[in-house]
Amino acid sequence: MERSSRTLMIFTALAAALVLFAAYMALRGAPDAVGLTEDNTFAQRIIYFHVPSAWLSMLAFGVTMVASIGYLVTSKRAWDSLAVSSAELGLVFTLAATASGAIWAKPAWNVWWTWDPRLTTYTIMFLLFVAYFMLRSAMEDPARRARFSSVYAIFAFLSVPITFMSIRWWRTIHPVLIDPNEGFGLGPGMMNAFFISLFSFTVLYAVLLAHRYRLERTKEQVEELKEQLGY
Amino acid sequence: MRFWKAVTAIIWKDIRAELRTKDIFSSMFVFALLSVIVFNFAFELRVPDMKMVAPGIVWVAITFAGTLGLNRAFVIEQDKGSLAGLLLAPVDRAAIYFGKMLGNLLFIVVVTVILLPLVMIFFNLSLLSWQHILVLLLGIYGFAAVGTVFSAMAVNTRAREVMLPILLFPVLLPVLVAGVKMTGSLLDGEPLSDVANWLQLVAIYDVGFTVVAYLTFGFVVEE
Repeated sequence: MERSSRTLMIFTALAAALVLFAAYMALRGAPDAVGLTEDNTFAQRIIYFHVPSAWLSMLAFGVTMVASIGYLVTSKRAWDSLAVSSAELGLVFTLAATASGAIWAKPAWNVWWTWDPRLTTYTIMFLLFVAYFMLRSAMEDPARRARFSSVYAIFAFLSVPITFMSIRWWRTIHPVLIDPNEGFGLGPGMMNAFFISLFSFTVLYAVLLAHRYRLERTKEQVEELKEQLGY
Repeated sequence: MRFWKAVTAIIWKDIRAELRTKDIFSSMFVFALLSVIVFNFAFELRVPDMKMVAPGIVWVAITFAGTLGLNRAFVIEQDKGSLAGLLLAPVDRAAIYFGKMLGNLLFIVVVTVILLPLVMIFFNLSLLSWQHILVLLLGIYGFAAVGTVFSAMAVNTRAREVMLPILLFPVLLPVLVAGVKMTGSLLDGEPLSDVANWLQLVAIYDVGFTVVAYLTFGFVVEE
């Protein structure tokens, strides 16, 4: 085995251990939330899964944008591979955050879905990156595909904060975790579990990204070899 | 200035081509009118006062018609090979962007100008004040600024016409939301200062995406 793939294996194992530990902290380690009904006390623990997923979807799409700028500046295909790998993970984490949010919303708000601005913005972000993949699949030429999707990723990611800004002006019922007036909305024990899961999920994202990126590069190499052999 | 001379030449080219065929304009206008009428039947029996949904109808009609116009804008250039000619001309790529964008803006504005009186008659409203016009102009500008880049992209993909709305609508959402919100408040008789934050939002959107489009348009038309 190459050294780089051995390092990756070690990190993969580490990510798995961390996620298991985070799951233990989320389900057993963290104290119960106070002042909630029994159902909601259980449902509240989804925060250790929901918030990291949401954070990672933003991070992943951010990485996509940075990689896209990198591609436009350097025209190196590796940047495009990184952008598409991260965008794919972003979509996965967006779905994870949406699904966990819906499971929490049922006991807390009594509905699976509501047209709350934050949920709406999130859906739009999802659609933006679905459009990103549709755009990619509608072009054969790799250079043009990389150029167009890079431009689109920049537009898409920049539009997210503008859509987000409007949240504060609409009435929202989504809980605000970090309030400038009231500080952090979690107790100390909960905070530990929260940051452990945030960290574990971020490591998981980095490892998945490395795997996905390698796959994308291998795919390109196979394509090039096929071309050389005249397939 | 050389730059703006190139820009006006491109706008003038589009206007002249349009005056001869009237392709884009007629299809945009008829489509806008049709969507207003379809909305009228979709809402009429369920909504107590059409004033409640009129802002949404106006903005959606403009968005739909504008998308139709944007699609044509680059399809024509591509099919007749004139885009290659434009790219060969010794002008900055940004001049091509601003020329096409301002041309698109002009077409949508003309369609809106004719559509508005009809909407006012159909729904018994008044949309003739400088506040309404400012709000509409800012929104339409944002639409044209982003839409021109995406339409240049969409025309080079396999799906073409289908691609543009898929790319455009999610990015356009802030403009649409702010536009509906502002037109609605103005119709309720509130002063423009009540919606100052929305106005700011659209202004930031317009300026920000004009800059991004200016920086990236070269990559989109590059061969």
